[in-house]
Amino acid sequence: MAAEPVPGSGPLDFHASAAAALADPQIRANFRRAMDGLMAKRAALFADPAEWQALRALGAAIRAHALDHLPELLVRLEERCRANGIQVHWAESTGDANAAVLAILRAHGATRVVKGKSMVSEEMHLNDYLAEHGVESLESDLGEYVVQLDHETPSHIIMPAIHKNGRQIARLFGEKIRGAQYTEDVDALTAMARRVLRQKFEEADAGMSGVNVAVAETGTLVLVENEGNGRMSTHVPPLHIALMGIEKVVERLADVPPLLALLCRSATGQTITTYTNLISGPRGAGELDGPHEVHLVILDNGRSRIFADPELRATLRCIRCGACMNHCPVYTRIGGHAYQAVYPGPIGKILIPQTEGLKTRRELPQASSLCGACAEVCPVAIPITELLLRLRREAAHPEPGSPVLQAGEARAPWEERAWAAWRRVFASPRLYRLASRLATRCRWLPPPRLGPLAAWTRVRSAPRPARRSLHELARRRGVPDA
Amino acid sequence: MPEQAETEAGARERILDRLRAARAAEAGHAPPPAGHAPPPPAGHAPPPGGHAPPAPVDTAVLAAKTWPPAERLARLRRCMEAVKAEFLEATAAGWPAAVRDFLRAGGARTLMAGAGSPLAGPLAAAGADGAAPALVLYDRPVEELKASLFSTIDAGITTCLGGIAETGGLILCPSPGEPRLLSLVPPIHLVLLDPARIWDTLWQAVRELGWSKAIPANALVISGPSKTADIEQTLAYGVHGPKRLIVVLVPGGAG
Repeated sequence: MAAEPVPGSGPLDFHASAAAALADPQIRANFRRAMDGLMAKRAALFADPAEWQALRALGAAIRAHALDHLPELLVRLEERCRANGIQVHWAESTGDANAAVLAILRAHGATRVVKGKSMVSEEMHLNDYLAEHGVESLESDLGEYVVQLDHETPSHIIMPAIHKNGRQIARLFGEKIRGAQYTEDVDALTAMARRVLRQKFEEADAGMSGVNVAVAETGTLVLVENEGNGRMSTHVPPLHIALMGIEKVVERLADVPPLLALLCRSATGQTITTYTNLISGPRGAGELDGPHEVHLVILDNGRSRIFADPELRATLRCIRCGACMNHCPVYTRIGGHAYQAVYPGPIGKILIPQTEGLKTRRELPQASSLCGACAEVCPVAIPITELLLRLRREAAHPEPGSPVLQAGEARAPWEERAWAAWRRVFASPRLYRLASRLATRCRWLPPPRLGPLAAWTRVRSAPRPARRSLHELARRRGVPDA
Repeated sequence: MPEQAETEAGARERILDRLRAARAAEAGHAPPPAGHAPPPPAGHAPPPGGHAPPAPVDTAVLAAKTWPPAERLARLRRCMEAVKAEFLEATAAGWPAAVRDFLRAGGARTLMAGAGSPLAGPLAAAGADGAAPALVLYDRPVEELKASLFSTIDAGITTCLGGIAETGGLILCPSPGEPRLLSLVPPIHLVLLDPARIWDTLWQAVRELGWSKAIPANALVISGPSKTADIEQTLAYGVHGPKRLIVVLVPGGAG
């Protein structure tokens, strides 16, 4: 398989990476197979359209309400967590969050860390940062473990190793796991990972995890998972550090069940995961196990800027289920790595340009056919298509005072001059007649292959003018006023 | 680390200021200067901290999910068996022997229960003959028994608060008497369930348990043995947590 571009290393070139992925039959086959399966499983659980609409309206309302009261709910979450004995840390940037995590680990002399899945930690490139500072941070979700073992990044936010097939994983385990016999048997491969990781859980100085939902009224961190590695990471080591974005909070505990119902069904086609963990404090008085300390790191990383715009704020409703990518015709064909971003697929196309800027990421909102499948399956009704269009506009014609990072970066003077000329031609009957006469008479000329026009015709057939314009034909037939 | 604490306190203020300023601007007011919190003009006051009005949401879709008591167990069992949970039917008097017979037949040599668990006494009495499996009590901090917990305990047994009919699943609430790792580290996890204690939905359960007022440090729902589909979407069981989950049905509970 071709080497995948890794976010943060190498130049960002979406066109090149997408073209490379499209040319790789292995990627095409692995994603097609996986996405077809995930779509079918989800559809089976939302078979009743009335129930789906009602549940989705409820989920969207819960998330929108939480965002409407975000600063109050964050303060309340902090207050309740502290009352429960959970220590709360705030970080504006991923650099600050990394420093906060390292400070906690150093204070405990922790050098061996086991991790449950966390997309925020991927945003932080936390494993690399900790490795540079002498801390071993081992991913324990099976998919994340596979990806880390091969020095890759996740290609899907729920199924990190979905770009690999069984044979590729069998080869990887055979090469990288000490004493491993080559096998393609999935149960045997799973048992191999279990053997390696159980020892790591037992020895770990600290465990880390993400947060699926944080509940303000109770100071509770909710974590859903199937493998048990999340529970291992959060309950076996003496120290637990949880990472969350500022948008993850909801107001009430009763908000959690409907959100989880939407999350589990949308993500993996399950009505409930194997484990639903409610963590509301460290080891209590008299308890014999559980971490002695629980820390919560709350990360902004551009989210408060997204929050500033009432339309773009809907981006923050996302509960990270991945349904938008599973249903995206672009993602299904190019896979996750081609986006060169932590969040691939439709949610990444609206989120990444807002956090990283439109200068380097202006191609992402363009990488869509606007078919709207993502918005249709989004369990919290994020209007993804509208937001894609908004970001396209922001790239070329920013609204005054636009909060979008690097808005207007795609503005091209030649393009503006071309449209100004077009406007003049279409506003003047004399010029319009002249132009259509010119176009119809010179129709034998090959379409120009210069600059931006070449880019246009490279993937589209160039239009060929008719022999005579409609006006001319009408005049010839004696239509008045033609 | 005083410097770290200062950085974090500054970050907290700046993040919250940005969020508040954005909302004030939206309400048609100039954002307040950073670091100050003047009272917002009347009529547009954001809700006072910590007491946002309840979300105007229609929960009818959740409330509609109810099943007659007689159907709840069948539904829970169907959902959980679909993800490979196993069921053992027993009685209030006979469950300790049933559990021991089941484990012995499967070759288990050790069974762990919480020292403060209501299950410990009946299990000890049933095992007085010295036959396998040997009962081991979780009776000291995990730091002192981690090694044996990870290597020599074949099965762990716990109670639960009840089940969930809609999706399948058991609500566990670890405590000093029944530590957290009993339901996680041993390869077999057995749970006693009183079939009369099955809620319709998780939504109903969290409301009736009153957890919004006082929540335990750790509570969880378990719906089956540990599983993964991370390799080619092929389902494999027993990846990190228990390989088998045995639900022991005891009408009337353990007593």
